[in-house]
Amino acid sequence: MWKFAIPLVLLVAIGVFFYRGLSLDPSDVPSALLGRPIPEFSLPSLTDPDRSVGSQDLKGKVVLLNAWGTWCIECRHEHAFLLQLARAGVPIYGFNLRDDRASALDWLATLGNPYVASAFDADATGALDWGITAAPETFLIGRDGKVLFKHISPMTAAVWQRDFVPILQRECASTDCPFLAAAGGL
Amino acid sequence: MIRAIWLLAMLLIAGVAASDDDADFADPALNQRYWSLIHEIRCPLCKNESIAESGAPIASDLRREIRRKLADGATDAEIKDFLVQRYGDFVLYRPRFTPETYALWLGPFVFLAIGGFAFWRVLRVRRGQTLDDPVDDPLDEGPAP
Repeated sequence: MWKFAIPLVLLVAIGVFFYRGLSLDPSDVPSALLGRPIPEFSLPSLTDPDRSVGSQDLKGKVVLLNAWGTWCIECRHEHAFLLQLARAGVPIYGFNLRDDRASALDWLATLGNPYVASAFDADATGALDWGITAAPETFLIGRDGKVLFKHISPMTAAVWQRDFVPILQRECASTDCPFLAAAGGL
Repeated sequence: MIRAIWLLAMLLIAGVAASDDDADFADPALNQRYWSLIHEIRCPLCKNESIAESGAPIASDLRREIRRKLADGATDAEIKDFLVQRYGDFVLYRPRFTPETYALWLGPFVFLAIGGFAFWRVLRVRRGQTLDDPVDDPLDEGPAP
């Protein structure tokens, strides 16, 4: 009896491990900031070097923070959708990364500017505090200033519907996200 | 000729990650700590390279940050804490001993105990058998010719 039971139990145990292990996505590393307050930062604004963009601008409302750069091909892919979100009223702040000001401004002038404001982080010192590795990366930040979600790779309508809208519906009382009615269906 | 060009290209590629920002602390102990740290920190973008090996911009940024902190007198533990807070436990090639990693660190000992128990059981069963039983011992080929 035991001779049959032991291999069977082992087989089931190995099966459980494989089922779990093989369905994990090794490239999916959740942000260490999830559920934590956003880091304090203050960086020069991309469009107006005399002004600053920082954590103060992101607090008190539901916003997106989108890391981008003109060197980033995937950012060009997601740009049209960011414009769509902005047009629907979603406040998007930009985090311009490892870029030079002239090309970044040229990019916004040519492709359109979806951002309320963009922080200019040429040497990526501010990006370290956010745990940003590259671009595009998009954070969803709650009204209480906590990170609700982070998406690595381009924003698309599918990602927006799958990951962002359900969190927004859960987190927002109707007054918090005036854009949800228009942007929820994108 | 082509082979020589290839070789040169390989050497250049291999040199990239380390050459752009070699540590040049006056203190050799600090250099040593820098090198062992960057070999223990995983590149958060490329996943299977340490930041010492990776040519990704983020790896270079992290090396720069580590150099800066070492120069400021930070301890290795403080530097690792700084990185884990931002990039998660994932950045450490040697995972810490936390409730989440108990299974990882203690698992091998559990399996060793299970194996040891099985071994002890088999020995005990065997001990009950006589040595000259020709049926139960497949290794016993009988008396030498």
